[in-house]
Amino acid sequence: MKKYFIKKVLIYILTFFFAVTIDWAIPRFMPGNPINSLISRFSTLPESVKVLQSYFTQSFGLDKPLWEQYLNFWKALFKGDLGISIYLYPQPVTKIILRALPYSLIVLLPAVLLSFAIGNRLGAFVARKRKLDNIALPIFYTLTSSPYFWLGIILAWIFGVVIPLFPIAGAYNFGMIPSLSWEFIFDFLYHWFLPFGSLFLVLLGSWAIGMRNMIIYELEANYSRYLEALGASQRLIRRYAYRNAILPQVTGLAIQIGTVVAGSITTEIVFSYPGIGYILVQSIMNQDYFLIQGCFLFIIFGVLLSNLLVDIFYVVIDPRIRKTYSGEV
Amino acid sequence: MNQKEFLHFFVKNKKVVFAICVYIVLITLAIIGPYISPYKDPLEFVGPGYQPPCKEYWLGTNTFGQDIFTQLVYGLRSSLLVGLSGGTLATVLGLFIGFVAGYKGGWFDEILMMFTNILLVIPTLALLIIIAAYLPYRGIFIESLIIGFTGWPWIARAVRSQTLSLKTREFVDLARITARGPIKIIFGEIMPNMMSYVFMVFIIEFGVAIHSATGLDFIGLGPTRGISLGIMLQQATLWNAIQLGMWWWIITPGAIITLMVATLYVMNAGLDEVFNPKLREM
Repeated sequence: MKKYFIKKVLIYILTFFFAVTIDWAIPRFMPGNPINSLISRFSTLPESVKVLQSYFTQSFGLDKPLWEQYLNFWKALFKGDLGISIYLYPQPVTKIILRALPYSLIVLLPAVLLSFAIGNRLGAFVARKRKLDNIALPIFYTLTSSPYFWLGIILAWIFGVVIPLFPIAGAYNFGMIPSLSWEFIFDFLYHWFLPFGSLFLVLLGSWAIGMRNMIIYELEANYSRYLEALGASQRLIRRYAYRNAILPQVTGLAIQIGTVVAGSITTEIVFSYPGIGYILVQSIMNQDYFLIQGCFLFIIFGVLLSNLLVDIFYVVIDPRIRKTYSGEV
Repeated sequence: MNQKEFLHFFVKNKKVVFAICVYIVLITLAIIGPYISPYKDPLEFVGPGYQPPCKEYWLGTNTFGQDIFTQLVYGLRSSLLVGLSGGTLATVLGLFIGFVAGYKGGWFDEILMMFTNILLVIPTLALLIIIAAYLPYRGIFIESLIIGFTGWPWIARAVRSQTLSLKTREFVDLARITARGPIKIIFGEIMPNMMSYVFMVFIIEFGVAIHSATGLDFIGLGPTRGISLGIMLQQATLWNAIQLGMWWWIITPGAIITLMVATLYVMNAGLDEVFNPKLREM
C-alpha cells in the first residue's frame, strides 16, 4: 500500500518537475525569441521599451547564466511568485489566477462528479437491452464526440436566444456585487447552469459508453455465466457486473481529467465565464506570457492533485490493491 | 482469421459499412468541394453579411460576408489532414516506443515508461497551448506535428503491455533461437499479431487529433493564415453569432466535427465486433 503510493507520488513529483522545466524553457529556447518580439510591440514608446527591457532582464534574470536562471525560477515559484501580468498590469499573476480559480472549480467539480455517477448508471442500465441500446447509443456517441465548446454554443443558442431562459454570459449579473445574499446565490446558479450543463452532457456520453461496453464484457465473463447457471436473478448478476466494471471507469476518470479541464477552458470562453480558461484566452490574445505560463502551471498542478485523489479513491474501493500491497494475499 | 473470413464480417458489419460510407462522402466533399463552390477563396468577401442559407449562398454568409460553404469545405480539408497526419505521427511514435520498451525491458523500459507516464498526466491541450503560444507563425503542418508529438503516450503504454505478453510466446522464442534480430522479430512476429489493435488505436487517435486541433483553433492558437472548422467557430463566438441568432454559422462546423469523430467511434465499435467474435452475436 505504502509502496503503491510512493510510486504514484514519485511520478507526480517528476511530472511537476517536468512541467515547471517546460514552463521555464519554452520562452527561453523557442525560435523567434518571444521576449524580443514582446518588447518590439512597444517600440513606438521608447520610454516603455526601456522599462520593459530592464523589467524582463531583472525578472527573467537574463544577464545571469542559465543554471542560475533555472534555480531562481524555482525559488520564485516556491514563494508563489509567477511574475506580473502585462495585460492586467500591475497585478501579480498568482492573485489573478487565485481569483479565477473558484469559478473554474464550481463548474468542473459538479460536472465531473455528477456525470460520473449518472453516466455510469445510465450505461449499465442500457447495456444488453436491445431496443433501448439502439436508441441510447447513438445519443451517447453524439454527445461524447461533440467538442465541449460546440455543445456549449448550441445550448447557449437554444436556451439563451431561441427560448430566452438562461443568461449566456458572465458568472453573475454585472449590476450585482458578489455577496452571500440569496438573491446573489440564485443569480449565480442561474448563470452557472448552462456552462455546467454543457460539460455535464459531453461527459455523460463518454461515461455511459464506457460503462455499457464494460458491462457487456463482464456479462460474458465466466462468473456471470456461472451465476446464470446457478439460477441467480438478472438483477444480481448485473449488480456484480457493475461492481467489477466500475473499477476501470475510475481509472478512466484519472485519464479523463486532463481532457475535461481542457474542455472546460473552451466552455468558459463560450459563456465568458471568468474562470482560468477565460483568463488563459485573454492572456493569449494579449500575448501576456507570464499569465499564460501561470495558468499552465496551475492547470498541471490541479490535474496532478486530482489524479492523486483518484488514486486514493481507487484504493478505497478496490480491496485487491489494498491487500496485495499490505501482503495479505 | 483468414482474409476471406475477415472480409465477410467486415462487409457484413453494419457499423463498419456505415462509417466507411460517411467517410467516403466527407472525403469526396473535401476534395471536390472547393471546385463545386461558386467562390474560390474561403476568406474572400463575396456578398452581404448576415445572409441565412439561400440559393446564392448555400449555407449562408457570416458577419463579414464570407461564404460559409466555401469555408466549410476548406475547413473539412484541414481537419482531415490534421487528423490523418497528427494521428499517424502519434500512432507511429506510440508503436515504436511501446515496442522498444516492451521488447527490450530492463532500465530502458523503466525510463521510457516513466517519461510516458509523465506525459500522460499532463493535459495535452495545456501542453499544446504553451508550445503554440510561443510560435509566431503556425500552419496546419506545425499543428499536426505538435499534436502528434503530444498524443502518443497512451498508445505507447497499451502497445508495451501487449508486447510484454506476446514476447513470451513460443513463436517469438523460436524466432529468437534462429538468431533473428530484434527489429525483425518486432516487425515480423509481434506486430502482425497486433495489427487489428494498431488499426483501432489509429482510428481513435485520428479523432483525438481532430478534437485537439479544433480546441486549439477555438482558443485562437490555430493556423495564423487560412481557415479551419475551429477557426470558424472561434470567429462566430467572437462576433456574437449566438446572440445574433446566426445558427447557420455555428451549427454546421461543429456538426461536421461531431459527425467525423462520432463516425470514428462507430467504426471502432464495429471493428471491435469484427475482430472479437465474443461481441459479434449481438
